[in-house]
Amino acid sequence: MTTTTARKPDETVEPQQGKVGAPLFEVFIRSQNGLNHRHVGSLQAPDAKTALLNARDVYTRRNEGASIWVVESSKITASSPSEKGPLYDPSTSKIYRHPTFYCIPDDAGAI
Amino acid sequence: MYAQMIASQASDEDPKRLAAFQKRIDAGEKIEPKDWMPSEYRKTLIRQIGQHAHSEIVGQLPEGNWITRAPTLERKAILLAKVQDEAGHGLYLYCAAETLGISRDQLTEMLLDGRMKYSSIFNYPTLTWADIGAIGWLVDGAAIMNQVPLQRTSFGPYARAMIRICKEESFHQRQGFDIMMKMCNGSKEQKTMAQNALDRFWYPSLMMFGPSDSDSIHSEQSMAWKIKMNSNDELRQKFVDQTVPQANLLRLTVPDPNLKWKDKRKGYDFTMPDWDEFLAVINGNGPCNADRLSARKKAWTEGQWVRDGLQAHAKKNANIMIAAE
Amino acid sequence: MDYQSAYFEFLCRLGDNALILGHRISEWCGHGPTLEEDIALANIALDLIGEATVWLELAAGVENKRRTANDLAMLRDAWEFRNVLLVEQPNGDFGQTIMRQYLFDAWHVLVLTALAESRELPVAAAAAKIKKEAQYHLLRSRNTVIGLGDGTPESHRRMQAALDWSYPYVGELFERDEIDHTVEQKGVVNQSANLWDHYYEEISSTLQRATLQIPAAPHSHSGGKNGQQHSEHLGHILTQLQWLQRAYPGAQW
Repeated sequence: MTTTTARKPDETVEPQQGKVGAPLFEVFIRSQNGLNHRHVGSLQAPDAKTALLNARDVYTRRNEGASIWVVESSKITASSPSEKGPLYDPSTSKIYRHPTFYCIPDDAGAI
Repeated sequence: MYAQMIASQASDEDPKRLAAFQKRIDAGEKIEPKDWMPSEYRKTLIRQIGQHAHSEIVGQLPEGNWITRAPTLERKAILLAKVQDEAGHGLYLYCAAETLGISRDQLTEMLLDGRMKYSSIFNYPTLTWADIGAIGWLVDGAAIMNQVPLQRTSFGPYARAMIRICKEESFHQRQGFDIMMKMCNGSKEQKTMAQNALDRFWYPSLMMFGPSDSDSIHSEQSMAWKIKMNSNDELRQKFVDQTVPQANLLRLTVPDPNLKWKDKRKGYDFTMPDWDEFLAVINGNGPCNADRLSARKKAWTEGQWVRDGLQAHAKKNANIMIAAE
Repeated sequence: MDYQSAYFEFLCRLGDNALILGHRISEWCGHGPTLEEDIALANIALDLIGEATVWLELAAGVENKRRTANDLAMLRDAWEFRNVLLVEQPNGDFGQTIMRQYLFDAWHVLVLTALAESRELPVAAAAAKIKKEAQYHLLRSRNTVIGLGDGTPESHRRMQAALDWSYPYVGELFERDEIDHTVEQKGVVNQSANLWDHYYEEISSTLQRATLQIPAAPHSHSGGKNGQQHSEHLGHILTQLQWLQRAYPGAQW
């Protein structure tokens, strides 16, 4: 069989504003009682009630859920990467907050 | 693969920023949506994730073609669950793309007006029940080979989508092989059907990995950015080496007279697919391109009133709630 | 009619309703108006096919003629099917599909609630499990019917058309015949005498919220539940549903 070198890559796709469908919701699922709700993904829905139903159908098809939270993505306030330094770096030097900072002799037993 | 022919080029942005970005990737850090990223990285990802998502959605059609004709109630349920998974996978991927600043509606429109592509494999018809087995065995087998490494891709939302997808897909290839086994141990007609399916799907499956590395469009940048994890030929060889013994187990003949095990390099020599055919299919001239796109267009156009109606209702309700406050 | 035959027919009715509606809903797979809806419809179809398997297995056991659930699904012809006409009607647009689903779900939940108290323990156990699925289907189809009925002028118009179209098939759900009486006497089901009132209460409140008008519809189609006269659509469903089993008799898949 033959080989050719002609090729046509996929068209360029630019991120763009504009046409949007139903709002995006973030989905959080508690897989069993006693555990935290964990972010599992997102989906579209016209309203929160339908988002819950959709989350049940999309994200619990394999018996993954005991409880679902949905929240409209646009309602989430997120920290910005440019604040990463001021927000998180100061805590890295406070190593005395971690139990491993302290050397306790083995003889001391459970402590 | 599900994202074939994605070209990537180097960015012309601030070299210092680019170097710092590359350093993060080399260190195995994940890039998250709000992090700075080269615009070319963003664009390549949108193309690749979008094409991957479109492939899942169009990929529902050839198998969906047999849901109403599945031979037993159990096979029907399995196939339906599998095709449904593909819709889910498309959804996860559209959501991952959405974090890059492009909506699902925009991506869908680009699929429908031909600006974006989907995998060539879904432009081949499913003629018999054995094709459902062959697709699970070969097509999902090839897809898994590509998707498993993508779980380590550098873009966080894409990697997380792939992890979920791989977890769910683990049954897809097995159910396909299971169908093939049943047919290969069945009647004469069933065996003929199985061989015929392999004959038709073998080369299209090899095409899924994209053109040869020597002819391939530029993907060095994608490799450096860990958007593409392995070369086309590397994965194709791995696929052939894994699949040929399975065909032997089924007592089916791989339709390649040049297939030969090479002890020295511990791999098979095999014939490459017809790349002219591949390009024809990619460019819209495969056996089912027109059918697939028209089915997607129909679903999208005929669904418009449903999407509009539900949103209009939600808006009315929101207004009532505000008025009541 | 002897009890065994009546009980067999009764189970076939339950199984065939689920089988044929599941078939119809599965036709949507890959063609839904949104991905979320596509996935949700597939879940409904999967539930229904599972339910069909359960009821037809029970039916095959009662019949005791070495037939399996698959034999009943794949090797009976049109006159032997016992599903109501509503479920074999074509999908139409999404509105027609979801209206048919809602009108079925509202009835299904009531029937399963009664069946969950059955004196036949396998029926009670199956109904208890299936009732949960049906309750979810109802939650979902009710939500969608309301949303689309009270959506845009176009969605409202289409939903009213869907209701007008489906409503003449509702009456058959409430027909009662000798088979029903026979199984009721044996306690297979203790159907509340005011089944229709409960049903009407459900649909009238939902359809009111959906701003839709229930048609006067004095006429009601029938012939599916008793198998006397199905619509032409059933035959076409069977040509797909049964194709492989008919073309390759005895093959294992």
